[in-house]
Amino acid sequence: MQSLGIDVLFKGKNFIRLMGGLWVAVRISLISVVISIVLGLLIGMLMTSGNKILKAVFRIYLEIVRIMPQMVLLFLVYFGTTRVFGWDLEAETSAIFVFSFWGTAEMADLVRGALISIPSIQYESARALGMKESQVFLLVILPQAVRRLIPLSINLITRMIKTTSLVMMIGIVEVLKVAQQIIEANRKASPNAAFGLFGTVFLLYFIICWPVSRLAAYLEKRWA
Amino acid sequence: MNQELLEIRHLHKSYGEHTIIKDLNLTVHKGEVIVVIGPSGCGKSTLLRCINALEPIQDGQICIGGESIHKDDKNISEKRQKIGMVFQSYELFPHKTILDNITLAPVKVQKRKRAEAEKEAIELLGKVGLSGRKDDYPRQLSGGQKQRVAIVRALCMHPEILLLDEITAALDPEMVREVLEVVLDLAKNGSTMIIVTHEMAFAKAIADRVIFLDQGEIVEESTNPKRFFENPETDRAKKFLDNFQYEKN
Repeated sequence: MQSLGIDVLFKGKNFIRLMGGLWVAVRISLISVVISIVLGLLIGMLMTSGNKILKAVFRIYLEIVRIMPQMVLLFLVYFGTTRVFGWDLEAETSAIFVFSFWGTAEMADLVRGALISIPSIQYESARALGMKESQVFLLVILPQAVRRLIPLSINLITRMIKTTSLVMMIGIVEVLKVAQQIIEANRKASPNAAFGLFGTVFLLYFIICWPVSRLAAYLEKRWA
Repeated sequence: MNQELLEIRHLHKSYGEHTIIKDLNLTVHKGEVIVVIGPSGCGKSTLLRCINALEPIQDGQICIGGESIHKDDKNISEKRQKIGMVFQSYELFPHKTILDNITLAPVKVQKRKRAEAEKEAIELLGKVGLSGRKDDYPRQLSGGQKQRVAIVRALCMHPEILLLDEITAALDPEMVREVLEVVLDLAKNGSTMIIVTHEMAFAKAIADRVIFLDQGEIVEESTNPKRFFENPETDRAKKFLDNFQYEKN
């Protein structure tokens, strides 16, 4: 049987470098996910307020995000804005912008969906107990909406983490790019490194995403 | 029994062109149990929702304890504390335990001490035979149990008047009684209540005054429920009550 090319992983600082690349990917997704959750919650709540103009603007925003491939958006923001607007964006800033732009839209739509799924008579039963509107929302509606939101938003978060593998296309040296570099550098000595390295990257993404989806399953069960 | 608690004057309620309640007048005294009956769509539930200011009203005035109440009032949440309401579909909060369901409003709205509110909640739960269920979630209870919890939740706010909106309509027949016994007990202890129901035998037993509502108007009102149910004065009431009689020819 051929060598699996895993030995390359332990040559020199290769493993440490791979971990450094993983941290870049995790950092970009983490920051984007946090921004998306905060903005998504806010926008999602605004969506349920019933303002028609807001709704229309949000619909267009959401459609753009859904239709446009993330990579095109990355290129547009990173390469496109440099000359036209004179923005000198760092690659990582561009990536975080694009991922937050995407995550916020989808998160807001999930929040909106979760909020309108709470029957209006729950609002009334809370009001009938003398609660102020803010108490109705914070004590009764939001906690129920969040419980419905968890499984769907975890799915979005893992999708965002996975998709960070695209950011190498705008020159960010994240885990996948590091793996490529190591493979290139060892082409002669270990021609099988591609399997070992990409296999490791695959495993690393799994190790990051799996606990997140387990957490979702746990919360879903606890709050069922 | 002379103190006026609730006063409704010339209440008019409509949805757009569609009139639900027209020029309705009603005075409820402290300790009085009023039963409202009538065909579906006659405005009985809407009446309760107007009293609790869950619905805006188009004309007239509703006063509770001498104070006018309207949906757009600034301190509407304070005024609503005087009024307890129990819904047909219980509407417990699914994410809270039974005990938390009951103590949420006393603690957060009335700013009472948690320990004190919990003590009262447990006491009330004991009275409706559910003291063992305080740490369960609503989904673990039967419909009849949930409705008893909903009544306790309303009571724990110490309302001056209790509005019961078809509280047994969603229940299996054998659970109806366990809920209505609780309500009968409340009546015995002097609670002021407005009850919308289709349980005629119960209405007859509990009412101090029966109000028959049809097409948004009080068609017949009687302080002698026995006579009303056996021998109503108006044809419309008679026709309605005949719906509940079965005879095999």
